[in-house]
Amino acid sequence: MSQIFASQKFRRIAVQGGFILGVVALIASTILVGKSNIADQGMATGFGFLEQTTGWPVNFSIIEVTGRSTYARVLWAGLLNTMLVGFLTLIFATVLGLLLALMRVSSNTLMKLVGASYVEVFRNVPVILQVFFWYAILTHLPSPKQAYTLGEAFYLSNRGIMMPAPALSGSDMAWLLVSVILAVVFLGLTRERLRLGPRWAIATGAVFIVFVVVLLTGREPDSALISTPQLKGLRFVGGITLKPEFTALLVGLTLFGASYIGEIIRGGLLSVDRGKLEAGRALGFSTFQINRLIRIPLAFRAMLPSLTNQYIWLMKGTTVGIAVGYPDYFAIVSTSINQSGQTMELLALLMGGFILINYSIGFLMNMLNDRIKLKGRS
Amino acid sequence: MAIDAHAPPPIATGPAAWLRKHFFATWYDTIFSLVFAILIYLALKAFIGWAFVDAIWRVENKDLCTHDAGACWAVIESRGRLILFGLYPYEEQWRSTLACLAVIVTIALSCLPSFWSIRRLPILWVAGFTTFVLLMRGGFAGLELVTSEQWGGLSLTIFIFSGVFVIGMPLAVLFALARRSSLPVIAKSFGFFIDIVRSLPLLTLLFAAAVVVPLLVPDWLQGNKLMRVVIAFAIFFAAYQAEIIRAGLQSTSQGQEEAAVALGMPYWSLVIDILLPQAFRNTLPSTINQAVITFKETSIVTIIGFFEVMASGNAAIGTGEWGNQYVEVYVFLALIYFVFVFGLSRYGAWLETRMRLGHA
Repeated sequence: MSQIFASQKFRRIAVQGGFILGVVALIASTILVGKSNIADQGMATGFGFLEQTTGWPVNFSIIEVTGRSTYARVLWAGLLNTMLVGFLTLIFATVLGLLLALMRVSSNTLMKLVGASYVEVFRNVPVILQVFFWYAILTHLPSPKQAYTLGEAFYLSNRGIMMPAPALSGSDMAWLLVSVILAVVFLGLTRERLRLGPRWAIATGAVFIVFVVVLLTGREPDSALISTPQLKGLRFVGGITLKPEFTALLVGLTLFGASYIGEIIRGGLLSVDRGKLEAGRALGFSTFQINRLIRIPLAFRAMLPSLTNQYIWLMKGTTVGIAVGYPDYFAIVSTSINQSGQTMELLALLMGGFILINYSIGFLMNMLNDRIKLKGRS
Repeated sequence: MAIDAHAPPPIATGPAAWLRKHFFATWYDTIFSLVFAILIYLALKAFIGWAFVDAIWRVENKDLCTHDAGACWAVIESRGRLILFGLYPYEEQWRSTLACLAVIVTIALSCLPSFWSIRRLPILWVAGFTTFVLLMRGGFAGLELVTSEQWGGLSLTIFIFSGVFVIGMPLAVLFALARRSSLPVIAKSFGFFIDIVRSLPLLTLLFAAAVVVPLLVPDWLQGNKLMRVVIAFAIFFAAYQAEIIRAGLQSTSQGQEEAAVALGMPYWSLVIDILLPQAFRNTLPSTINQAVITFKETSIVTIIGFFEVMASGNAAIGTGEWGNQYVEVYVFLALIYFVFVFGLSRYGAWLETRMRLGHA
């Protein structure tokens, strides 16, 4: 008896030991072959290249990047680009998805029909095709001279969408960002002391005051408060420009993501037990109260896990931006690999960046989940 | 004081009541109905006008396709072969058609419940896939050899999809079993690997397979670029599918596993005869959903330079002469994907209802 036990135990150890040895051997041989191949091609190794200048331009960035910027800065710009388009997509797709879900659970047959057709059309076509489509539409618009305009303030041309923007400098933006972060911290800290209404009023009011103050003080005297786009020669100056690459990626991902998010929210709303809603009605709650106090909180709990997965998927989906020339993190890394030849290092940075972003989303959503889950009973 | 009993609510029937319930239940429902009715009317009118009424179906001369009112479907007639077959030699394109049909028949057959057995399905898929490759590649029985560099269009999309499925499915089973293994080292390592793969974008894995792997493995192991990309795609698919299978394995009752062990069944028999059939059956809808996602994601390989249907569609409008017919070509591509994806996902939904009713 003990012999059999011993032999089974031995087999378990042998199999696992063999597995570890195999994995180690695989990794070691990969490294050895890789090293010799890289040495044969005369390529450098190590992370020293991050300090070197790139020598190539980046066509879209929210921080200043030129051909003389270092690799580290350009990669950072790429990561910011990915997060910019990713988070905007999440916000817009969630709002649109919520509308679609409400349309599909309503009792109005026409609204149901429109919601269902939208979901079937946009969900069943690959996102990259949708991004290509919007990009083609945007780049086939008329040139700036013949641009469509709305009240001489908004312009639509093949260079992008131009619109007025508050004239804020970089330092103004930084102050604004700090005030937004402080407002979020304030919202978090006063959660148990104040009701929802006053908390939001104080937070948004404070941010608005900071916005007005920086807008009034941070400028050169006599310049306009709002910068509007104006045609100068063959291009527009002033205001902000949403380039076709950025817009196509944002619109494509948002419309595609909304169809999935709408289905998740609809599933959540339908998962709420009818008895609870009927109980609310029996207690004399209005439809609005039933939705706000019973249906939405319960639905939110049910759909949060799938919503997290979908958010992570959309974040990863931003990589299709390279197809239309939007310099997201993946596009920047792939150009860097072509230009510097530091394949292994850059690939590690690429995977590290995405794992970081995705784990942060997962972490935030789990925090949210912990806060809203039913406490003390299950 | 007794409360007066209310009369029962009137039960209204007939078309008027139906209309009221579905379109005019409240004053805001009435507004929404009217607004949406107008919107639907305008959208349908614009689309039908563009796609059918004002459309040009055939032209003698492509310069005639200049007016803006309607679609110019002549572009599909002129470029359709490029979109569907890529650079596959013109005289051999019947082989490409037959090969695609073989895979479509395989997909259709595996939707029939009589093929749902752990032995029949793999045989069916391997047979379908082999037929596809033999027909496409040729080089025997008088068929001209066409190497994979010349494959393109819809047939390349279908090749990638079926290749990913045929390689990925066994890998997924392996991953799922390894993650559930009672040996902690193996369970942990595979868990870690699956989670890492799932947190990476597909494109980064395909890019690594196309560009980086040649640096890391000896020459004799490299194969061609298409093969490496299909294998990387299959690993990505397997990481997702493994989690689906694992959920299915967990939903079979522990007692069955213990009973099999008590009867002295060997491990492989336990897996093949007891666990896997139930795991697959319980997770059929999610598996079909995963297949649908995979089919759509094959379009990603266009970024790393393969000439599948998305890329050949772009090529069809990239030459300049049909450059203004991009909407028509993209609508055509969208229809191709839509037919496959919508069909499969409707089938998945039908299966789900059937299973809920306890038939599967």
